[in-house]
Formats: sequence, structure tokens, C-alpha cells
Amino acid sequence: MLPEYLAGAAWMPWAIVLPLWGALLSFLFPRRAAPIGLGVAFLTATAALAVLLQVALGGPRRYQVGGWGAPLGIDLVADGLSALMLAMTAVIGVAISIYARVYLVAAPDKVRRFWPLWMFLWAALNALFQAGDVFNLYVTLELLGLSAVALVALAGSGPALSGAMRYLLVSLFGSLAYLLGVALLYHAYGTVDLALLGERAQGGIQLAVPLGAMIAGLLLKTGLFPFHVWLPPAHGSARAPVSALLSALVVKASFYLLLRLWFTFTPAGQGLPILLGALGTAAIFWGSIQALRQRRLKLLVAYSTVAQLGYLFIAFPLAGMEPALAWGGSIYLALSHAFAKGAMFLAAGSIMTESGHDEIGELDLVVERMPLTLAAFALAGISLAGLPPSGGFVGKWMLLQAAMEQGLWGWALVLIGGGALTAAYVFRVLGFAFTTSPHRHESHSVPGTMEWTALLLALGAVLLGFVAPWALPLLDGVLP
Amino acid sequence: MNANVWLPVMVLASSFIPGMIIFMLPERAVVLRTTLNLGGAVLKIILLVLMMIGVSHGVTYEFRVPFVPGLDFVLHADALSLMFVNLSAVLWLATTVYAIGYLEDSPNRSRFFGYFSLCVTATVGLAMAGNLLTFLVFYEALTLTTYPLVVHRGTEAARRAGRTYLIYTLGGGVLLLTGTIWLYSLTGTLEFVDRGFVAGLGLDPNVLRMIFAVLIMGVGVKAALVPLHAWLPQAMVAPAPVSALLHAVAVVKAGAFGVVRIVYDVFGIEFAASLGVTLPLAVLAAVTIIYGSTRALFQDDLKRRLAFSTVSQVSYITLGVAIAGPIATIGGLVHLVHQGFMKITLFFCAGNLAETLGVHKVSEMAGAGRRMPWTMTAFTLAAFGMIGVPPMAGFISKWYLGLGGLEVGQDWVVLVLAGSSLLNAAYFLPILRTAWFDPPPEEWPHERDFGRKETAWALLLPPIATALAALAWGLFASMPGTPLDWVHLIAARKYAP
Repeated sequence: MLPEYLAGAAWMPWAIVLPLWGALLSFLFPRRAAPIGLGVAFLTATAALAVLLQVALGGPRRYQVGGWGAPLGIDLVADGLSALMLAMTAVIGVAISIYARVYLVAAPDKVRRFWPLWMFLWAALNALFQAGDVFNLYVTLELLGLSAVALVALAGSGPALSGAMRYLLVSLFGSLAYLLGVALLYHAYGTVDLALLGERAQGGIQLAVPLGAMIAGLLLKTGLFPFHVWLPPAHGSARAPVSALLSALVVKASFYLLLRLWFTFTPAGQGLPILLGALGTAAIFWGSIQALRQRRLKLLVAYSTVAQLGYLFIAFPLAGMEPALAWGGSIYLALSHAFAKGAMFLAAGSIMTESGHDEIGELDLVVERMPLTLAAFALAGISLAGLPPSGGFVGKWMLLQAAMEQGLWGWALVLIGGGALTAAYVFRVLGFAFTTSPHRHESHSVPGTMEWTALLLALGAVLLGFVAPWALPLLDGVLP
Repeated sequence: MNANVWLPVMVLASSFIPGMIIFMLPERAVVLRTTLNLGGAVLKIILLVLMMIGVSHGVTYEFRVPFVPGLDFVLHADALSLMFVNLSAVLWLATTVYAIGYLEDSPNRSRFFGYFSLCVTATVGLAMAGNLLTFLVFYEALTLTTYPLVVHRGTEAARRAGRTYLIYTLGGGVLLLTGTIWLYSLTGTLEFVDRGFVAGLGLDPNVLRMIFAVLIMGVGVKAALVPLHAWLPQAMVAPAPVSALLHAVAVVKAGAFGVVRIVYDVFGIEFAASLGVTLPLAVLAAVTIIYGSTRALFQDDLKRRLAFSTVSQVSYITLGVAIAGPIATIGGLVHLVHQGFMKITLFFCAGNLAETLGVHKVSEMAGAGRRMPWTMTAFTLAAFGMIGVPPMAGFISKWYLGLGGLEVGQDWVVLVLAGSSLLNAAYFLPILRTAWFDPPPEEWPHERDFGRKETAWALLLPPIATALAALAWGLFASMPGTPLDWVHLIAARKYAP
């Protein structure tokens, strides 16, 4: 086993402090921003993976910042769910950092703005996953939103700026709704600590109103149908690494928060879960059909995010009798989607760099020019469609099983139909990538690093299909 | 951990690892690529011979790891899976040799052979799958790895054929997934066992009939059962080695093998018969046999004619399974092997005609026998086999099928077989007549010169070898070590003693 000084070390705060330092340093030394950022990315990932190891071996942990206890100071909490999210962010964050280092060489003016923002965003993510009270969760959520908006605006183009503006409004509005909920909760129960709230809250209108406000705010930020309208323009117009981190990580943060609240308060009644499931269904079909209709690759991938986020919400109506299968499946889908979607946006970025456009109909034998990138796209697509072997398949299988065990055929058909639609839009892209187009196109060279990072992320999504028996036990005790 | 656990994994790895390396090879690394291809193929056969010896002595080879909650990922080598694995491995070797000759000087060979290896890996995994979930995993993997081969030419026609192929096969995959999860929610197990795991659980027979229908439709797409067959003739735009692989080894056979697994090892043949689902399946197979043969009559494009012939011939397997008697079972299972050898020969020969003379249509084949006697001899042997002329292997299949039908009182089966044989003769004999007896044209559409040989060695030897094998399986059918002998072993385990 691990030596004591490593196993017992305070990795949890380091996972937050390190990227904060990275943000500060890359801001102070703009010329060295890229090497600083990349180095810190590796350090942060190490700290986050160490937390995963600590939780896997020693169970959930609590860390009191500065030695002050819960009511006065800030407590960091890491259980299996937090650890999985931290680890997911670590792996994808490193891949995005490596990719961005090469990708941004062509745009030196973006470099010094990208790295501080991205490091800041990473710190906010890690803090959010380890926050133990609803107010800190608010603070981290707000920081996350602001840095994400700034990253979208980084592209500087017209569509990116208007996308960023919309995103900003939605993000602020969502945070406000959430903050309202926090204030009401504090008023009613006199604490913001999640664990204490879970003990004190007894239901009724006192809980329903703040919880409703918080959930609504989070749905807005997660981009669940019909609150998704801000998502495709923002995710589709940002720079490739930014799109990847938005779709893979940022939307997962608000979903994570939603799960936390849900697990803490376990709202009674059938209405809300069915409503969430129905919205998820609508998201799956609307997002997939929109993705099928897109002519630009990045917008297709962005609409695919709308659809895939819908899947995560199918767990709510299924959790009644089969909580472990439903929540486990949903969380596993979220993890796999992060890998797959990260890979897909990075691959799309490489294709755009190579050919100077991302028209799907003009992909023109991309398979010959960039086999690795196309493999990344295909593998990621397989995971998204829930085809075996992949993490997406495992997640979808668990959700399906939860549905069938309870005889809930409707939800099972939604899951299956959504998978077929996903396969349709993924293979539409592959079909054009494997064949010639009548038009000639310019062609630029793409660094191998960019191709490989996308491929490795996609392989991660496939690999997740084989490690479920080891990853899922981490969730024991977290799920209600 | 001992060798019995790892052998099935090594059989998979013997094509997976070479495939992965081949992807990374530059286009000009011909020697290394060829070595990897052939080395993997030969190694796979050696490993299989080891396992066959073990299985006939009662050793079990099983690899098992947890996969999803409550279910394992299982690779299991029993007599039935070894039969299919062997067929794939031997024909893969033949097809690899052929493809090396066929694709000489054409672009994207690394990609081609890479997917080729993955495709065989998926087929072998599917054959060794120890439960329905593992089967499903490889069934989908097979779809995904063959898609790049179908669209390999990169033309607009290829893209459309690929799309049709995917709509059908992924649709089938969706049905198979639905049936699998439905069954699992009722039974709590998916493990393949001789004579099935569904019987005796006291489940509602109507639900079971529906699950059976869903599962059979799922695999029926790949087995090209009417009306789910339309993708197969369209997929003909792929290069000849791919067609050969699709028709004889991988895709179509995977579907037929799925029917075998579902009927015998999921439901159990006796239980399936008691549910009353085997007779409709047999009728469906019979309809497919007659329909495919009839459509084949009217095709002038040689590969399309062969494709419709496959639609018809593969359903013999389903028919044999669905008649639900031990003798018919033998006929159906042995046809899985026999049809593989005969059909791959036909596609190799069609490829030779196209590559050497530029001949793609039956109407252009006049005098082909004089120009390419060896190729046409192999073609003739295989065609006689398809018609069911003794002593070719196809005769053995039909003989057992017919006897099996009579054994259980299904006399109509004999009529179907007779009718199909007539139709087979009607679409094969004109080809043979024009190729052997009509005078060759002044000039072939697109002739290539190979000196004194009729065509390249790599193109000529594989069809001759497979044609001779198809002859041998018929001539020496009752000798030990033939497919028929092995099938007797399997059939004995699928019926209650």
C-alpha cells in the first residue's frame, strides 16, 4: 500500500489550491503562461487522483480548512461521487491542457487569456466537487459560470460573443435562482451545511420552495430541455479546447450539484421525477433530431450534448425501486459522456484546423488524411450511442435494466430509441468522412499531439466499458 | 491462472493485436504487414487445434470477468463455438492470402487489413461468447468493424450502401438489445447452457414467444431472413475479399450462429418446440430459401446473383435448426461450415474474373472457362455443391435436412429442398454453360496480363483450396475429423438423452 505520508496527506485542498496558483502565475507571467499552465495541470491531476485513491482505499473524507470546524470554517468533503468527478476532471483536464498548448500556438494573443481562465475554472470545479455546504456550492458555481463565459468570449468572433452574452445571462439567472434557494434554506433551518440540512429538513412548503428554486436554477445551467437554447451557440462557437471543457466538464458540475441536493433531501412524490424524466426525453429527441439536421460538425456535436444530457435525467423516474442501478447508470453515463464528448470536440477542432471548415458534407476522405482523429470521433460516437464495448453502453444498460426490472417500458423505449438516433447522426458524419466529395479543399497539417489527445480520450470512453465493476462500488453509501 | 483460462483470450488476441499494429504501419511496409497477417492467422489455427483436442477430451476453456452489475463477460469454448471459430479462422487465412493478391498496389491497405483483422476478432469473440450479453457485445462490434470495409472504396455508391447496411444491422442490434434486457429482467441470467436456461422457470409463454420473436428478428437481420435481407445485395459494392468474408464467414454467419445459440442454448430446442415458435421460424426460413433463389435467377450482375444465392443458402441453417429434430440439426449445423467453404470459393472466383478480365456480369462470362480454366473449375465445383450434387459437401447438408424433415413428419421440407435445388440449378447451370461452351469474345472488358499463368498465385490458390475442401467434406463426410463428425458431437449435447 501507499506510504503513510502520501496516504494521509491533505490532497483535497491541494486539488483546489494548485490550479488557483496556476491561474495566478500564468496571469502574472503571460509569456510563460502555457508551460506554467501545463505543468500545473499535471500537478492538479495528481492531487485529484490521489484523492480518488484515498477515498477508494479509506472511504469518504472530510477536511477542515485552517482547522476550523463546520459552523465557523469551511469543510471540504470527498465521497465516492466527488472522487469520481475529481478524477474525471483530472484526466480530461490534462488532455485538454495538452491539446490547448499545441492548438493555441497559432493564436498567441489567446494564450495569455486562456490559461489563467482555464486554471481558474479547474479550481472552481474541484472546489465545487468537494464543497460540503450549499453556500460554498453557490460560490463555486458562480466562479465556474463566470470563467466559463469568459472562455467562450475568448474566441472573439461575432457568434462567440453573442453566444457568450446569452450564456452569461443564463448563468447569472441560474445562480440567482440557486442563491434564492440557499437564502430561504438558511432562513428556515439556520445552517447551510448539507449534512446538517439533510437531518433538519422535514419537507413541506418550507423545503419545497427553496428546493424548487435551486433545482430550476441548476436545470437552467445544465441546459436541460427546454432551457437548452443557450447551449449550442455557446458550445458550438467557442474554441475547440473550450468547447470540450464546457461540454465535458462544466455542465456536469451543475448536474452533480443537482444530484447532491436530490440525495440530501430526497423529494417525496412522483410528479417531479416524472417531469424531469419527461424533459430528459424531450431533450434526447429534440437534441438528436437537431443534431441530424446540422450541416456544421461543431454544432452537431453541441446538439448531441443537449441530447446526451437528457439521458442523465431518465434516472429520476427510474430511481424509485432501483436506486443503485438508476443513479449508478446515470453517473456512469455522465462520466462516459465527459470522455466521449471531450474527445469529439477535440477531434472536431483538429478537423477544423486541418481543412479550415467543418461542413459535414465536405469532409472528403478525412479518414485518409487524419485516421487517428477520425478514429477518436468514431470511438467517442460509439460510446455516445451506447454501443458496446464502451462506458456509454454500461451506463445505458444499467438504466435499461432499472427500467425493465420495474416494468417501465416507456422509459426503456426512450433509452433504446435515443441510442438509435445517436448512431444515426454519428454515422452520418462517418459516412461523409469515408467518402470523396466533388469539391477540392485546402489542407493544413495538424500536429500529432492534437490527434493523439483526442484519440486517448476516446479510448478512455471505451475503456470505461470494462472497469464498471471497480468504479461502481465507490458509489456505495453515496446513493440514497 | 492457468492456460485453460487464457487460451480463449489468446485466440482473440491473435487477430486483435496484429490488427492494431497494422493500423499503425505505413502503406509501403508490405512485408511486415503480410507477415503479421499470415502469422496471426496461422497462430490462431494452432491455438484452436490445441483447444479442439482439449474439448474432445472434456476440458473446459473459460475466461470470465465482471462486466456490468450482476453479469460477467464470458468467453467460453464449447464444441459449437469451436466449430464456428474454426470455420472463421481457416477461411480468414484463405481470405487474407486472397486479399493480399487482390489489393496489390491499391491504396489504404493498412486500413483495410486492420479492420479485416478486427472483423475476424469480433467474429471469433461472437463464436466464443458464453452468455447473451457477451454475444451482443461482439454482435455490435462486428457491425462496427465491417462498416469501414463496406465503404472502403470511398465512392458515393459505397456511402449509400454503407448507410443501408448500418440501418439494417444497427436496427437488428437494437432488437437484440431489447430482447436481451427483457429476458434478463425475467430470468436473472443470460448464461448459455445446453438445452437452454429459459425452460422450467414458469414464465408466461406469451411473453417468451414475444421475446423469441424479438431476438430472432435481431439476429435475423444479419442472417438475411426475408424481409430483413435487403442490405446484403447492396453491400456488394465492397471489394471482393470483403464480400467473401461477409457472406461466408463473418456477418451472415454471425446471424445464423445467433439463431443457433438462441434456439439451442437460450430457449432449448425442446422447450422452443413446445412454445410453438419453431414451426413459424421454419416456414420463414423456407420462404427465404425459395425467395432468394428466385431473385437470384434474374440477376445479371454475378456478385448480386451470388448475394441472393447467399440469402437463400444461409436459411438452410435456420431451417435445419427450426425443424427441431436431431438429424435436421446436424444438417443445419454442418451447412454452416459447408456453405462457408462453397460460397467463399464462388466469391473468390467472381473476384478473379473481375480483377483479371474485368468481367462483372453473367452475360460477359462467355468462354471464361477457356481463358481461366482453374478458376472456373473451382467455381464449377462450388456451384455443384450449392445445387447439392453428390459427392459435394452441399449434398450432405441437403440429405440430412431432408431426412430430418421426414423424421419429425415435416414432409413439406423435402419439397422446399427439391424446389430450391431446381432453382439453384436454374441459376448456376447457365453460368457454367456459357463459361465452358460459348466462344470467348474478341476482347475482354479489362484484361490484365499475368504471363503464362491465368492470374496471380495469391488469387488462384485460395479458391482452389477451398473448392477442394468443399469436395473433401462431401467425399469423406463420415471420416473422423470432418465437419460432419464434429457436428454429430454437438447435436448429441443439444437434445435430452
